[in-house]
Amino acid sequence: MPSQSSRPLRDTTAVVGIGATEFSKAAGRSELRLAAEAIHAAIADAGLGANELDGLVCFDSDVASPIPLVNALALPNIRYWATTSYGGGGACATALLGMMAVATGQANYVACYRSLRTASGRRFGSWSGKEGSAGLEQFFAPFGIVTPVHRRALAVTRYMHDFNIRPEQFGAVAVACRKHANRNPKAVMHNRTLTMEEHLGSRMICEPLRLFDCCLETDGAVAFIVTTAERAKDLKQRPAYILAAAQGAGRQPVWPPPTAIHRTPMTTTHEAAASAKNLYAIAGVEPKDIDCAQLYDHFTPLVLMALEAYGFCGVGEGGAFAEGGRIELGGQLPINTAGGNLSEGYIHGVQLIPEAVRQIRGTSTAQVKDAELTLVCGAADDPSSTLILRR
Amino acid sequence: MDKQLTQADLGLKTDFPSSIPLPDDDTAPFWEGCKRHEFLIQQCGKCHVFRYPVRPMCPDCGSGEFTWVKSKGTGKIYSYAIPNHPSGNKALQTLVPYNFVLVEMSEGVRVVSNLLDVPTKEIKIGMPVHVVFTEVKPGVVLPHFRRA
Repeated sequence: MPSQSSRPLRDTTAVVGIGATEFSKAAGRSELRLAAEAIHAAIADAGLGANELDGLVCFDSDVASPIPLVNALALPNIRYWATTSYGGGGACATALLGMMAVATGQANYVACYRSLRTASGRRFGSWSGKEGSAGLEQFFAPFGIVTPVHRRALAVTRYMHDFNIRPEQFGAVAVACRKHANRNPKAVMHNRTLTMEEHLGSRMICEPLRLFDCCLETDGAVAFIVTTAERAKDLKQRPAYILAAAQGAGRQPVWPPPTAIHRTPMTTTHEAAASAKNLYAIAGVEPKDIDCAQLYDHFTPLVLMALEAYGFCGVGEGGAFAEGGRIELGGQLPINTAGGNLSEGYIHGVQLIPEAVRQIRGTSTAQVKDAELTLVCGAADDPSSTLILRR
Repeated sequence: MDKQLTQADLGLKTDFPSSIPLPDDDTAPFWEGCKRHEFLIQQCGKCHVFRYPVRPMCPDCGSGEFTWVKSKGTGKIYSYAIPNHPSGNKALQTLVPYNFVLVEMSEGVRVVSNLLDVPTKEIKIGMPVHVVFTEVKPGVVLPHFRRA
């Protein structure tokens, strides 16, 4: 195991505030307004003042970029801002950028946020029908691979073939996330149940992927505040210490997906597996130590692949692992306890981090008893990121 | 090699609005090859590994030296998918359902394309296929596949 001096960010920072807007199909206000509301809520949750916030981190694709927010929130002391890239893979890289800033003294309190209007604004699942395709896209788009679900389908078909994975095992993920959302009054799908029969009977979007294998598109924003473990001790909330955070690209990564076409096995575990290796090397814990996990769920098969990549089961065993209630509350490894991208709301996976914080605080609506460690990961098939929170 | 196909010959809609590849200095030789009905694959000059899609350097050894090799044009279906639903995309409403396939070529590289003239229910992993070339728009030639 590496020495502490080679792991300077291990267990030295914490999440001390979380905030969110409502998650809806039509927010009726701008991404900037949504981001400002979420950050304001996170500052208040931490018991801080706006004058104490001195850092901002978001996705490079966020419409609500940092400097307009400085104005919108009347933040007088911002001295650090940064963005992370490659879509949902970057969900936990937001935290990592905040951690590095507070650990080095470049900032004291960093708000990491994501603001989206993919329900009422431009949907990620839609496609502009553009005339030409450059870069890597010139080898995919001319053949009709143009939306996120198309991008994953080739890997999913091959995954099912290689490991005898069945649609019911995708359904197990969808049903688990929905059950957790049904417990969460703030989830978009709070009042709508989902059975395995309804999952299997839902229309094909891009065979082999059905409607309920695909995540929501949502309007909303989330934010969380990162500071040092030392400062965290004196704040309002029980700190959620960040035991470790890491990124990983793996061998021959590709952006944009479909990532895995040239690799064997053609599952998308490479980016996530690299992230996992880097994470566990810093954290000094093993998959069996994790009490619950928030696994980026843009499409149900990617959750099975993430279970494999993060070592909760062997390669090709994700389908069997997901069955029998193992990933539901009360099971061996409850996942996506607020409902996930599939059923809580799609805030590009960044909303998984506040839920991990609630698990550590003991305030989740699907609370895992005495949760000590919770793992979060970004999209398994993007250049990816991950973290572990501890109580 | 088959004669060049036109839209009228196709059993599958392939007139995707994004169907025009925009070649750059690295990829232009590949698309020029398609116009000559040659499927060109890069072969590393150092470790001799084939690679596709076009990349400037060998992902195995990092060498920038390579030659363009004319593929035999044969392969097998390695994976496939069927877009069934336009998902709110007006541009896809008249195109679904269609297929896209991943072909493992005899040389070992995998190629994304469309399989022509095969009903979607008959597409299977392992099906032998061969490349054909389709002029989808004047001057724009794409590599497609047919059952061998």
